[in-house]
Amino acid sequence: MRALLPLLLLSATPALADSAANLTHAVTADTGAAVFQHVCQGCHMPGGRGASGAGAFPALAHNAKLENAGYPISMVLNGHGGMPWFNGVLTPTQIADVLNYVRTHFGNNYTDKITPADVTAAAGPPPVLER
Amino acid sequence: MTDAPNAMQPTRRQLLARIGIAAGSVAMYQAMTRMGHAAGTDFTAPPSLTGAKPGTSVIVLGAGLSGMLAAYELRRAGYNVRVLEYQNRSGGRNFTLRGGDTLTELGGYTQKCEFASGNYINPGPWRIPYHHQAILHYCRTLGVALEPFIEVNHNAYLHDTKSFGGEPQRYRKILGDFTGQTAELLAKAINQKDLDLPVTAEEKHDILAAMRGWGLLDENYTYGGPMASLRRGYDKPPGAGPNGAAIPSTALPRAAVMKSGLWQYLAFNMSNDVQTTMFQPVGGMDMIGRAFAKQVNDIVTHNVKVTNIRQDSTGVTIAYIDSVKGGAPQTAHADYCVCTIPLPVLSQLDIQVSEAMKSAIAAVPYHSSVKVGLEFKRRFWEEDDQIYGGITFTDMPISVMSYPSTGYFSKGPAVMLGAYMFGAAAYDFAGMEPQARVQAALEQGAKIHKQYPAEFANGVGVAWSRMPWTLGCCSMWAEEARKLHYKTLTTMDGRIVLAGEHASYVGCWQEGALLSSLSAITQLHQRAVQAI
Repeated sequence: MRALLPLLLLSATPALADSAANLTHAVTADTGAAVFQHVCQGCHMPGGRGASGAGAFPALAHNAKLENAGYPISMVLNGHGGMPWFNGVLTPTQIADVLNYVRTHFGNNYTDKITPADVTAAAGPPPVLER
Repeated sequence: MTDAPNAMQPTRRQLLARIGIAAGSVAMYQAMTRMGHAAGTDFTAPPSLTGAKPGTSVIVLGAGLSGMLAAYELRRAGYNVRVLEYQNRSGGRNFTLRGGDTLTELGGYTQKCEFASGNYINPGPWRIPYHHQAILHYCRTLGVALEPFIEVNHNAYLHDTKSFGGEPQRYRKILGDFTGQTAELLAKAINQKDLDLPVTAEEKHDILAAMRGWGLLDENYTYGGPMASLRRGYDKPPGAGPNGAAIPSTALPRAAVMKSGLWQYLAFNMSNDVQTTMFQPVGGMDMIGRAFAKQVNDIVTHNVKVTNIRQDSTGVTIAYIDSVKGGAPQTAHADYCVCTIPLPVLSQLDIQVSEAMKSAIAAVPYHSSVKVGLEFKRRFWEEDDQIYGGITFTDMPISVMSYPSTGYFSKGPAVMLGAYMFGAAAYDFAGMEPQARVQAALEQGAKIHKQYPAEFANGVGVAWSRMPWTLGCCSMWAEEARKLHYKTLTTMDGRIVLAGEHASYVGCWQEGALLSSLSAITQLHQRAVQAI
């Protein structure tokens, strides 16, 4: 079902953007490091160092907000402000993996493991992207 | 077969649903569009803003299209307008990269565009639907020359890495085969004597005639004979002389066509948003931004980083610093404010609006999107492949390749759009260093155009999430957010009103930016003329 979704989305999407049609690829990364590289660092930058312009992408490096696992789980699932939601975009395993990776790298040392079940428990129904 | 009695005759919708099930969504879509949901935006004319009180002042935040339109119309209406812009140029996401331009993104990566003179890429908006009446109106008003943008090219490619041995297929072949094979299935299904379809004999006759003509079926309602080449093209095209006869081509296997999913690109190109005729400004999309800037640049202050926005009974106060030099905060004051700052930035600012408005501002993230422009030494897509403008679609991460809709048959280097993606592929490309994006686009594109490695000259890769002034491409509305927050976001909050594509139902299009601006200034004007 999940694999079908992109096709359905595309076929029914009347050019939602001045964009083409492409929201079709699922994220295939299968380790925390890979999810970070292929999804997160486009904004949070390599090394999680963050960046600042008219607004900022928060640094994930040395970030005390990562200590309490509930906060990053909620942020990745639901997004806020410029941060998109990843509930329904990444799997609970991918979310757990990338959070465990970030919480133990880039100068963070929060070794309590987040499990996919933790992510699932915190997830509501995924937002529905408008067509 | 006995046709069902009248009482059992299907409603049009039921019939459509059956066609949809039997024939796939394209037939369904075509039938639906014939029923007429002709869309288009609701623009008719600019608002008539009469009776502005002399001396009433407005600060516009942002000199993109929505901000510049607000400034243009409000000044014409008699307001005292000032625009503050973060960048050192006006235009916002309406911009064009040409040879000699540099682009610095977040993370400090700087690209220098090395395109030959006259070549360009539009990293942001690149095409205008014929029914986006607001932007077309202002192009006419401001003297921006437009030319056709080729969206559909029957000789471009559709490509699925897992189908047909990974070989790209010409659009016309997939169009011909998918249409013909779908028509054949429907004709044969409806022609089964023992199939008790509740369709009158007359309608059945009509459908069969339609399927035969539409699908290029033979008298037995079979697709794939010589006639199919009228649509999908010949193996050897017709010529003259003793050996001038054409050699027809052979249809691809139906199961493979259906499984390939390539029909989805045919369906995409049926969307009203990309239907013929589409336009582009002659010389680059930024001709529109430049035309607006010509009208308002005398009241734009560039290099302004807004830090907070306050309002009270006497007006609006904007605190800002110089975005390049920094230094001491300054303030600007006005009676009203049109704020077009992109939401990923605005959601981080200290802005004095209602809690509901703050929630709305924080509820709409932006899409990530990447475009890669590639300059090649010659137009091999024209010279070797007979592709003049249009789009090739692929399931590779690059997603979309597009050929220039201008300068056909010219000698020398030309620029292709080598990648254009959203979603997961965009996150991935955005995370690469710029030249790695170009390299990835080259490697993937070479699977469709073998000439890539030999003909490549240079390229640029633009990741919208790393644009320091917008932090994303355009608004990504969830249905829930729309229900909860849209009205609030688009309703004037005290003396502040928001505008931009995010504050419209035409998100991610320039039309949305303009329409939202017109809505914003209309609200502002109504409030201003009523103020004591």
